Amino acid sequence: MAENQITGAGITFEDVGKAFPQKGGGTVNALENVTLTVEPGTITGIIGRSGAGKSTLLRMVNGLEQPTTGTVTVAGHDVGRAGAAELRRIRRDVGMIFQHFNLLSSRTVYENVALPLEIAGTPAREIKGRVDDLVARVGLEQLAKRYPAELSGGQKQRVGIARALATQPKVLLSDEATSALDPETTQTVLELLADINRDLGLTILLITHEMAVVRDIASHVAVIDGGQIVEQGATYDIFTAPQHPTTRSFLSGVTGVTLPRFIADQMSATRPGTASREVIRITFVGENATDPLLARMSEELGLQVNILAGAIEEIGTRPFGNLLISVEADRADQARAYLQQHDQRTEVLGYVG
Amino acid sequence: MSANLINMLMEATWQTIYMVAVATAIGAVFGIPIGVFLACSQRGELLSAPIVNKVLGVIVNATRSVPFIILVVSIIPVTRFIAGTSIGTTAAIVPLTIAAIPFIGRLVENAIREVDSGLIEAARAMGATPMQIIRKVLIPEALPGITLGLTLAVVSLIGYSAMVGAVGGEGLGDLGIRYGYQRFMPSVMLAVVVILIVMVQLVQTAGEFLARRVDKRAPRNRGR
Repeated sequence: MAENQITGAGITFEDVGKAFPQKGGGTVNALENVTLTVEPGTITGIIGRSGAGKSTLLRMVNGLEQPTTGTVTVAGHDVGRAGAAELRRIRRDVGMIFQHFNLLSSRTVYENVALPLEIAGTPAREIKGRVDDLVARVGLEQLAKRYPAELSGGQKQRVGIARALATQPKVLLSDEATSALDPETTQTVLELLADINRDLGLTILLITHEMAVVRDIASHVAVIDGGQIVEQGATYDIFTAPQHPTTRSFLSGVTGVTLPRFIADQMSATRPGTASREVIRITFVGENATDPLLARMSEELGLQVNILAGAIEEIGTRPFGNLLISVEADRADQARAYLQQHDQRTEVLGYVG
Repeated sequence: MSANLINMLMEATWQTIYMVAVATAIGAVFGIPIGVFLACSQRGELLSAPIVNKVLGVIVNATRSVPFIILVVSIIPVTRFIAGTSIGTTAAIVPLTIAAIPFIGRLVENAIREVDSGLIEAARAMGATPMQIIRKVLIPEALPGITLGLTLAVVSLIGYSAMVGAVGGEGLGDLGIRYGYQRFMPSVMLAVVVILIVMVQLVQTAGEFLARRVDKRAPRNRGR
């Protein structure tokens, strides 16, 4: 594909707050003290429940929302303080895709992709070549003359992506772009986004409520809850060592490591006096993630290990495993020490009788 | 029916078409922009001008609440000023147009409000100016609704045109009153009614056909 390499732009949020006036006076804070740096060329995910403020945060990047306090910059431009004309220029550098696609029903696929170029005043002969390239990039050459009503959800989102790329933006914002799609279509759309990020080098900032989306394409993640960022970092680190309860609850949906109900029900946080077993979460990371470490531990320490749940996953190309085991409580210290010696993270979840 | 009567019916039909066509055309020229403005100028919208919006809304409502026959006689000075005379078919176009403008304005406003706000957001995110959003997004997306609105306006104006006999406007309604009613010629009355029914049917059918042609929202069978 003969497209120019675009250098992605960085995005920074500095101490950003947003207050909405409420009916009957007073304000409600949608966002508070948000500080976040999105490195150029990365795919960063912002995850949160609905109402957590993630949508407001995303809309500040292209000035659809203005921060009440703090500063949002894109490629060095202060978006919140830009005038109308400057804001329109910034917006041409920031593409956006939407959960409900927001395609014009009166325009064909081709005409929808051409719209941002018409708005930017691109000469007609240039539009033709650019739109043909974009429609081909998202694999819709055969459907260029169709109307959105004739397309499937996945095809519509491909049109949305092609349209967002039309003005050769440096940043792509994704507002729950896969939330209205089935799992299979979600995968193909995410792959397309990852390809675009790799081929074009543009920065992608996406919001989602699905941790699987973050796992599949984001290199960095920020977890937002109640209008504040509660945790942020590299996706691998957040997945392998989540600190905040909100993060853990999001993760429990994607990593196959929830305790079986019958064990969870009889587990207690403190050790009972009687003979009991300690339930430990082991997070296998890095090189050792695929080693038969438990088998060796059991052999070397002469310890009986009961495996309760577990899964091995990949983030990017790095594997990590999550395993829930129980061992005799009296000798649990020994087991944890052994695992830590081998660079594995352990966490005591509780005790069962 | 005498050849003379048939000639009168044909002439009256033509006069009705003439009055309604001109009133609709001028009504659309003024009514469509007013409708777009009404739809886009509330607080916080594209062309935020809440005070002008309110004032215009009140004028539109006031015009629409005056019964048409009252409007016709009460604006005779205005008609004389614009048309040079206050009687006759051409003069009758003035009150018809003045009734059409706010009516079309409201219909267009409603059609534009039906456009998904997500499309406006997408266009803003592309860096579109308010005028670009109106021209490239709102009007094309509202076109099926605007077409049906104009169809409704034409049908209403055909009805209104029957009342312009009060100021010497001719046309089917006038013929029906003067010959069918006042000279008690039921065959003329019947002919007038039949022609009006056919005319309204044709307008409605054509309007719906055009609206379907411009409406791309429903998937069509293309052997997918």
